[in-house]
Amino acid sequence: MNCDRAGAVVHGYFDNELDAVGAAEFELHLEQCSECAYALEDLESLHSSIGLAQLYERAPATLRTKILASLGPPLPVAAFPSRTVWRWLAIAAAILLATYASWRVTSLGHSGNDDAVLAAEIVDAHLRSLQPGHLTDVISTDRHTVKPWFDGKLDFSPPVQDFGDQGFPLQGGRIDVVHGRSVAALVYVRRKHFVNVFIWPTDEKDRGPSSGSQQGYQWLEWRRGGMEFCAVSDAAASALEQLQSLITSN
Amino acid sequence: MLDSQEQARFETLVLPHLDSAHNLARWLLHGGADAEDAAQEAMLRAYRFFAGFRGGDARAWLLQIVRNTCLTWMQKNRHGKDTDEFDEEVHGPPGPTPEALAIAADSRGRLTQALESLPSRFREVIVLRELEGCSYKEIAIITSIPIGTVMSTLSRARRQLHLALTGPADKESIHEL
Repeated sequence: MNCDRAGAVVHGYFDNELDAVGAAEFELHLEQCSECAYALEDLESLHSSIGLAQLYERAPATLRTKILASLGPPLPVAAFPSRTVWRWLAIAAAILLATYASWRVTSLGHSGNDDAVLAAEIVDAHLRSLQPGHLTDVISTDRHTVKPWFDGKLDFSPPVQDFGDQGFPLQGGRIDVVHGRSVAALVYVRRKHFVNVFIWPTDEKDRGPSSGSQQGYQWLEWRRGGMEFCAVSDAAASALEQLQSLITSN
Repeated sequence: MLDSQEQARFETLVLPHLDSAHNLARWLLHGGADAEDAAQEAMLRAYRFFAGFRGGDARAWLLQIVRNTCLTWMQKNRHGKDTDEFDEEVHGPPGPTPEALAIAADSRGRLTQALESLPSRFREVIVLRELEGCSYKEIAIITSIPIGTVMSTLSRARRQLHLALTGPADKESIHEL
């Protein structure tokens, strides 16, 4: 390795951990240094391989139940309850949890927990879309092609825009399934990173963006004009915010 | 034991990160039932220490406890027969193409095996960054690595993972199969 930046700085750049000046300097350097360009490609390739391999191992549902049961009821009781009482409490906790779990699966994004479930589904859908041949059903950078394509396939008409001039060219669209309902998915690309924007109708009031990350993917969710939007990508969180403001300002 | 208000706070702030806790434990402890037990133990510890949680990044706070729990676990159960340090200079063939890397990494099994073969200090930063999406600051908090060296640690960890994927198959792990 001849270029010392290919050893470490490229990682900071790839992970969006350089400050603005550092990132700009590195981008200038990148134009002349093929070693760093290769290193960056390697990082992207490794990152997407890890994403596709789905190495993330979620906790089994039984573990949550076990933990909730062992936390026990809040506020200590004076006497030690008998074994039977504990057993009943554990059963009650399990029933409550099961009821709660089924309730939150049927309702879309209200509280933090629901957001986590939604985020997990959205990230799964994003990963599925990255499998070969799954990204787009209609390939077009022209919104006048993509928008009519959705007609008749969905019970709503998603807003479709191209932001090629602003660094987010539209790649196409497809129908996906989130929370058991058909949703529109628009695909944008940002410096080689794909961004999926999932859109479905909602009765809820408009809401500003909330964001998070899961399994190394960033997501950003907001509601506007009777539609719920959720953007997900392995691009930087700031890129999603930029795309969000483009979508909402048009 | 926490009062009902604090317990509700714990269930809102900390418990939702159970998946993260389980994932980190799984990769630190090489899998299975141990990971579940360690994640549970860490969660109960977090519950006991919750009064000392000053707010802020609940996931990083929990993962710090998970990591400590796993390290103790490894010492206690003599799980710590961690892979010998892998000499990258000796084992490393010169730069394979990204395509070759993608093909090599294609199977989940190979990637799992490669990740398992890394020493735990490298494995944990890969898991935290690539699977958990932690920032360098969070990685520094969780692993107690100084923030200034997170980038270079990650860089070495990724290089080793890259080599484990593209380099000659590890004889020991084949033997295990």
